[in-house]
Amino acid sequence: MRPLDTAYMGDLVPIILGYVPLTLGMALVAMAAALCLSSVLAIVRVLRVPVADSVVAVFISFFRGTPLLVQLFLFYYGLPQLFPAMTSIDGITAAVIGLTLHFSAYMAESIRGAILGVDRSQWEAAQSIGMTQGQLLRRIVLPQASRVAAPTLMNYFIDLIKSTSLAFTLGVTEMMGAAQKEAAGSFLYLEAFLVVAVIYWIMVEALSVGQRWMERRLGKAVAR
Amino acid sequence: MKCEIDIAGLVKRFGTTTVLDGIDLCLKPGERVAIIGPSGTGKSTLLRCLNWLDAPDAGRITVGDLSVDAAHATRAQILALRRRTGFVFQNYALFANKTARQNIMEGLTTVRGWSTAKATARADEILAQIGLADRGGSYPAALSGGQQQRVGIGRAMALDADLLLFDEPTSALDPEWVGEVLDLIRSIADGRQTMLIVTHEMQFAREIADRIVFMEGGRIVEQGPPAQIFGDAQDERTRAFLRRVS
Repeated sequence: MRPLDTAYMGDLVPIILGYVPLTLGMALVAMAAALCLSSVLAIVRVLRVPVADSVVAVFISFFRGTPLLVQLFLFYYGLPQLFPAMTSIDGITAAVIGLTLHFSAYMAESIRGAILGVDRSQWEAAQSIGMTQGQLLRRIVLPQASRVAAPTLMNYFIDLIKSTSLAFTLGVTEMMGAAQKEAAGSFLYLEAFLVVAVIYWIMVEALSVGQRWMERRLGKAVAR
Repeated sequence: MKCEIDIAGLVKRFGTTTVLDGIDLCLKPGERVAIIGPSGTGKSTLLRCLNWLDAPDAGRITVGDLSVDAAHATRAQILALRRRTGFVFQNYALFANKTARQNIMEGLTTVRGWSTAKATARADEILAQIGLADRGGSYPAALSGGQQQRVGIGRAMALDADLLLFDEPTSALDPEWVGEVLDLIRSIADGRQTMLIVTHEMQFAREIADRIVFMEGGRIVEQGPPAQIFGDAQDERTRAFLRRVS
């Protein structure tokens, strides 16, 4: 057994770190889009909007029922066969769209659960004073639901950050892709992937600390 | 005198069960009416229909110059009706993400379009009226049951509704809080606010109501001044009910 080439690892760190902005950027854009989309999906389900409700149910079922990798491949390699215009789509865009759709399906279910967790009598009370459906969702229900859903959504964000590594399979050179390339030249696979793993780990741990801080703050706001 | 609130032929069914079977009721301005009767006879459903929390299947509800026909009620009419009928819930149903003051302000700012400054001033008046001037910044979770229900009443008052609806306002309260809530309702009644109250507190109903309505089986069986209903009920069903509860 030969020892780890720590000097090589040290050289790799700045190279891989250079791709952190791309990873975080993809994750942030996908998360923001998924938050919007999943909220809409959840509201459609909660209000049982005719027709749309069934469409959303199928959407959620599909994106939860198939592997993310399969979805990304379908999206990037499969769909251009049907729609030639999509051939021009680059790997980063495809990955972000794929991640958005996939995580929207999961997040919609937890947002829906959080909305249903808001006591029904508060809906009625808001209606009783003459609020419209939109007003009562915006001012009464969603603020409470988001507080309940926040920890779960944070977990999805962490999962999303890690899942951006799959963009590598669409030809995107992100952290994982860069490590793969480096290792292909040096044959030091263990060192290269260890560096990637540790960097992911540190990012996620930092977020977990943030998450615990956020939960404490949200907890305080209700218990005043 | 003309009716301020006129309910005509109100029918409500849940599936095949008819819960309200043709309710006719007229309230004169400032009249305080208490509805009594056994559980499950549609008392609460009647109140909920008047605020359109349950949509009636047939009949007409008139509040002042607003008349809503169950058969073709528009969204705008329903919102207008709700604004004119303040509803006090059995379980308070306060907005948990808003302070006592914000609960009272919500209808003023969001529904009536008042400025925050104007709504805050009005909410503070109401807080003083309901005896919670110093608790305006408290969230519902930090208030006692009695205090929460007083805020619930304050929220309904803020609408300046033509009709206040009280749906068993003290039934969910611990006995120690019942008195303060009844006192508040009594003081509102003294202001000759038109109100319809469903209650199991017979003594209270007798005290504050101008008229008692006895319901059973989705119908109004008998109505009249408290002295007549409690002292000399004509219908055997009314007498049987009053024997059971007294």
